[in-house]
Amino acid sequence: MLEIKDLHVNVFGKEILKGLSLTVPPGEVHAIMGPNGAGKSTTSYTLAGRAGYEVTGGEIDFYGEDVTALSPEERAAKGIFLAFQYPMEIPGVSTMNFLKTAMNAQAKLRNEPELDAAQFLRTVRAAAKELNISEDMLKRPLNVGFSGGEKKRNETLQMALLKPKLAILDEMDSGLDIDALKLVAEGVNKLRAPDRSFLVITHYQRLLDYIVPDVIHILAGGKIVMSGDKSLALQLEENGYDAVINKAA
Amino acid sequence: MSEETDTLQDLADQKYKYGFVSEIESDFAPKGLNEDVIRFISAKKDEPDWLLQYRLDAYRRWLTLEEPTWAKLDYPKIDFQDAYYYAAPKSDSDKPKSIDDVDPELLRVYEKLGIPLHEQEVLAGVEQRKVAVDAVFDSVSVVTTFKEELGKVGVIFCPISEALKTHPELVKQYLGTVVPASDNFYATLNAAVFSEGSFVYIPPGVRCPMELSTYFRINAAKSGQFERTLIIADKGSYVSYLEGCTAPQRDENQLHAAVVELIAMEDAEIKYSTVQNWYPGDENGKGGIYNFVTKRGDCRGDRSKISWTQVETGSAITWKYPSCVLRGDNSVGEFYSIAIANNYQQADTGTKMLHLGKNTSSRIISKGISAGKAQNTYRGLVSIHAKADGARNFTQCDSLLLGDQCGAHTVPYIQSRNPKAILEHEATTSKISDDQLFYCLSRGIPTEEAVALIVNGFCREVLQQLPMEFAVEAQKLVGISLEGSVG
Ligand SMILES: Nc1ncnc2c1ncn2[C@@H]1O[C@H](COP(=O)(O)OP(=O)(O)O)[C@@H](O)[C@H]1O
Ligand SMILES: [Mg+2]
Repeated sequence: MLEIKDLHVNVFGKEILKGLSLTVPPGEVHAIMGPNGAGKSTTSYTLAGRAGYEVTGGEIDFYGEDVTALSPEERAAKGIFLAFQYPMEIPGVSTMNFLKTAMNAQAKLRNEPELDAAQFLRTVRAAAKELNISEDMLKRPLNVGFSGGEKKRNETLQMALLKPKLAILDEMDSGLDIDALKLVAEGVNKLRAPDRSFLVITHYQRLLDYIVPDVIHILAGGKIVMSGDKSLALQLEENGYDAVINKAA
Repeated sequence: MSEETDTLQDLADQKYKYGFVSEIESDFAPKGLNEDVIRFISAKKDEPDWLLQYRLDAYRRWLTLEEPTWAKLDYPKIDFQDAYYYAAPKSDSDKPKSIDDVDPELLRVYEKLGIPLHEQEVLAGVEQRKVAVDAVFDSVSVVTTFKEELGKVGVIFCPISEALKTHPELVKQYLGTVVPASDNFYATLNAAVFSEGSFVYIPPGVRCPMELSTYFRINAAKSGQFERTLIIADKGSYVSYLEGCTAPQRDENQLHAAVVELIAMEDAEIKYSTVQNWYPGDENGKGGIYNFVTKRGDCRGDRSKISWTQVETGSAITWKYPSCVLRGDNSVGEFYSIAIANNYQQADTGTKMLHLGKNTSSRIISKGISAGKAQNTYRGLVSIHAKADGARNFTQCDSLLLGDQCGAHTVPYIQSRNPKAILEHEATTSKISDDQLFYCLSRGIPTEEAVALIVNGFCREVLQQLPMEFAVEAQKLVGISLEGSVG
């Protein structure tokens, strides 16, 4: 259960989020939509605990615990996962090695035993197969030279293996053609579970045809200005952000 | 010093876990440097007369030389009279010995360093692969393992002082033929005062059946170490050799001036790897080893190959340019380097590839990592002689900066007297970006582990060159060397 209460966030001294409130119960998929520059990525970075995203007011409760003071790795270990809009390249570090490092690091933070090598390999291979990720791609350096689709499938793979309680997907559809989008959405849908919630951030409603949300929120001017069911996305598509937001105001 | 104080010191400095001092009673040469000291060293080693003469000639020449100042290194002038040029554990008797004759105190030191001196031991985490070890402690070799087993295939692996007694003709034939006593200030100093190092001879057609390695340990205070290593791979032979080094944590600087000579005959191959982990000084730049080293390999025969791989993480000052003289036609020289400089460390390191023969080729991959207030310079020469038709070189120098108070410098020199030579040079400088770091953090990987991961990725091409036995250890070392470098 994620409860964001009256969140104020400064980025480089400028207030970007101005009282954002949002609740995502376990098992639900919520979408945040909003125009460019509305603060969508700011919201996702703040939830993940990025340095430079200064919380000046409000709180982020995750399963009853205020996580605003926790480091990004501690939040990850508690089950918060961010699928990046632009996943980073790490030259020389194979995807396989990165996955193993991440999984073991989280296990360590949670005082759980590390996976043994054989078990790890089996788990990764099975998850990779579901996402049509080849053995070769697992050996390549993380995200280096990956196509847009490969990068997003890789984010989905990480999500599948790290088994978060909350997955934040920042513009999962950006840079994807329709086939790649379907593949990624299918991967995400398979991960839907009663104890896992999703925050799907997107500019376009197209993604929501494939990952169907329970609730849609509209973010503008640093706060949620309107919430509704999935029909809201269609209204936006037809009338544009300005009209819908103005009507809300 | 008691076990307890050892432990305290270990705790005080987790970063350099080899910084402990061992209380070993030592014999010293009188402090300072003069002809008597050289005679003392030579007498201690019971050397033949020609070698004493060689040393004295070098010493007299050294007196006329000036310290080189062309490197991008900044350190106070070294007082060469304020050091001991010979230090040896008292328990060391001068004859070849078995492990049972070694002082248990010394054995404990190697146990702490994680270096196997018993032949039935294997390196931690490595299954069933034998590694022969020559353990050099200050100015003497403590023990050399697997000598007998190696002897069965004709491989000679022993301290150079022992080789001077058992194979004087081989030593005399090759010593100083790659790095002449007149080569440079530090090589000349080494020729005058060298004390110990390893000697390796691989007979024609033999593939050395195990990794050979030498571990250098400086222990005594105020003493320098002057290692001398000579490796000869005869026709069609192969050897892979690794050198490791550590030193106690001391407030004063100590000098290490080594000379390493490699000779590869026709169709022979030598792979020489170094994991240099001398004490780097503390985070304020106090103490640490001054490492002035001349390493050169001579590809004397056609189709011979010499490959240098170095992981330089230690030392306050590193001045080191492992080189290849590509004399034989179709010979190959390689230089793979990782140089990490953190805090106030300064590294000026690179290579020289001298192309003399036809169709000679060389490859240089240098990865420099700078952090803290460190300065890290790649300095390399590729020289193509007029007769070296078909010569080619590929050079790639990548620098990685952590933070904005350190420096990375690339100084490539290219001299080509053959217009047909093919020379390629690539260079990059990059930083670990906040984006990359945050990406790792968001996956649950803590900062220091993330830095180690990214830096190891940056160094991958070089790490891959290390023998499997040492690659894991080197990867860990890369991480440890950079601890505390990112906020
Ligand atoms: N690093 C930064 N420095 C300064 N301003 C920033 C930075 N990142 C984002 N912003 C500003 O914050 C606002 C919200 O950006 P962002 O959260 O990326 O919006 P969205 O993802 O909704 O397009 C924008 O006005 C943007 O210009
Ligand atoms: Mg965005």
